Amino acid sequence: MIEVKNIVKKFGAFAALDHVDLKVANGELLALLGPSGSGKTTLLRIIAGLDWPDAGEVSFDGENALAHGASERHVGFVFQHYALFRHMTVFENVAFGLRVQPRAIRKDEAAIRARVKELLDLVQLDWLSSRYPSQLSGGQRQRIALARALAIEPRILLLDEPFGALDAKVRKELRQWLRSLHHEINVTSIFVTHDQEEALEVANRVVVMDKGRIVQIGTPGDVYDNPATAFVHSFIGESIVLPVEVRDGCVELGGKPLNISADGVSSGASKLFVRRHDMAIGPAGSGAFEGAVRHVRTFGPIQRAEVALSAGEGTTVIEIDAPRDRELQPGDIVSLHPRRYRIFAGQD
Amino acid sequence: MNNGGAGRRNTLPGFGLTMGLTLTWLSVIILIPLAGLFLKSFELSLDQFWSILTSRRTLNALKISFGLAFAAAIVNLVMGLIIVWALVRYRFPGRRIFDAIVDIPFALPTAVAGVALTALFAEKGWLGAPLAELGIKVAFTPAGIFVAMIFIGIPFVVRTVQPVLIDLDAEIEDAAASLGANRWNTVSRVILPSLVPALLTGFALAFARAVGEYGSVIFIAGNLPNVSEIAPLLIVIRLSEFRYADATAIAVVMLVASFLLIFAVNRLQRWAQTRMPAH
Repeated sequence: MIEVKNIVKKFGAFAALDHVDLKVANGELLALLGPSGSGKTTLLRIIAGLDWPDAGEVSFDGENALAHGASERHVGFVFQHYALFRHMTVFENVAFGLRVQPRAIRKDEAAIRARVKELLDLVQLDWLSSRYPSQLSGGQRQRIALARALAIEPRILLLDEPFGALDAKVRKELRQWLRSLHHEINVTSIFVTHDQEEALEVANRVVVMDKGRIVQIGTPGDVYDNPATAFVHSFIGESIVLPVEVRDGCVELGGKPLNISADGVSSGASKLFVRRHDMAIGPAGSGAFEGAVRHVRTFGPIQRAEVALSAGEGTTVIEIDAPRDRELQPGDIVSLHPRRYRIFAGQD
Repeated sequence: MNNGGAGRRNTLPGFGLTMGLTLTWLSVIILIPLAGLFLKSFELSLDQFWSILTSRRTLNALKISFGLAFAAAIVNLVMGLIIVWALVRYRFPGRRIFDAIVDIPFALPTAVAGVALTALFAEKGWLGAPLAELGIKVAFTPAGIFVAMIFIGIPFVVRTVQPVLIDLDAEIEDAAASLGANRWNTVSRVILPSLVPALLTGFALAFARAVGEYGSVIFIAGNLPNVSEIAPLLIVIRLSEFRYADATAIAVVMLVASFLLIFAVNRLQRWAQTRMPAH
């Protein structure tokens, strides 16, 4: 088990990590998700020993990891820009971790060759073993980087935005591949991403970070369906956000009461979050909002409609997703009701 | 190929003009003088040419020029690498000044450098006096030539390797560390091999420059035939004796050597590029 306790890391006056606690169970595939500057990469580098915290503890299976440098922690690290050794062939890149082992435990040449072959088979690139990194595509480079990190049989695998430099299609393929690879070798893995879709699709558990703090830890379903804060709600999945006023348990938009419960949020300026597909369309007068359809686009199984809400003095335009079976035309007056929603107190 | 002629327009105008100027300029400045040199040497029969080259004085001069230049380039390779490492990897007060000092041998008139080095290493000079007490004579000996060649060659190694070391991705060192490499392994297996192409290029440039160096060397060399007389000086001496054919014969040998060097540098650069393109 990896345990991170009360980690603080400052760069000048900027707190990159502000009292972070995290436990990662053996065999987990964990995503650290957050916008850039949220501290996720710094946390990963501290676990790897490539950076040092100003305060706090890091332990692997109860053993103090901070007593060792990166080269003694047996942590595999995969970098966003691959960081392959350009003057070495693919084979030598993967063999590197085996060749630099202390003489006492170093494998002989035949064993190294067998191990590298095995790893290249694992990442399905054994046919590239005599190429140089510059001759490979981005996706191939990242798989080689992964094979190289696995060569030392790491107790943890850390991946820093592993798919960040790849194009969308390759990224999608590699996500699925990483998940099945993890299933196969079952090494405890933490990967950093700013892409919520990636985190939700690949990880068993998602840690959402913001401004150097962990704001929520949960399964992908959890963080999507029950976001802990307004930040998590707006960061994960697309949401309709409306500035509302809570007054004695009633929710008002532009001074007009909406017929929904305030869910125990105390009075004051608040924000209402609704997923686009959670806005149900009903006959006029039946829902919380009234609005005029301005524009409809259809793609795939859904149609996306722009609806101008008439709320008090101004109008607010929102986008909703509706199933294709309900005919929508520009100019229609519709009533909208949120099937699910969250209200968070405060302006931001 | 579309070169802008025959009514078809190249997207970038000016090909004809710039190509013409390039060819004319390179011909006038470089190719014609070199061709003249070769033509002049053809005035000699093969036997004469051979006997000039194999005369004791010529052989010694060539040996001194090439041998000491090679040794100086080796020293520059090692010291240049250390200087580059310090300038790029550490932050210390005066770093920018030291960085600028590296360029002095480029900018200083070679004669000035020669006079300064001679004064410094002469028997009563600041460095010459303590060395003389140890029984080491530098000025007016081959050692002086060696010192001057080191002086003029150092910026070539530093300026060739510096940008490569700056561009070297810090992440590859992190990667090496996370794979269990200690500092020594990281430097010897990852960083130095990445610098090899640039080091070789810098070495070849420093060597070529030292072979051809004249101005700074003749002041400090003493210029004793067979002992401390460099090939370029021998050419000048032959010219002043109106033995033009002798001069050109030596010059042709040096020219061919320079060509081979440039060729080698080009091959090295191409080899480096195929293995390690700049992303």
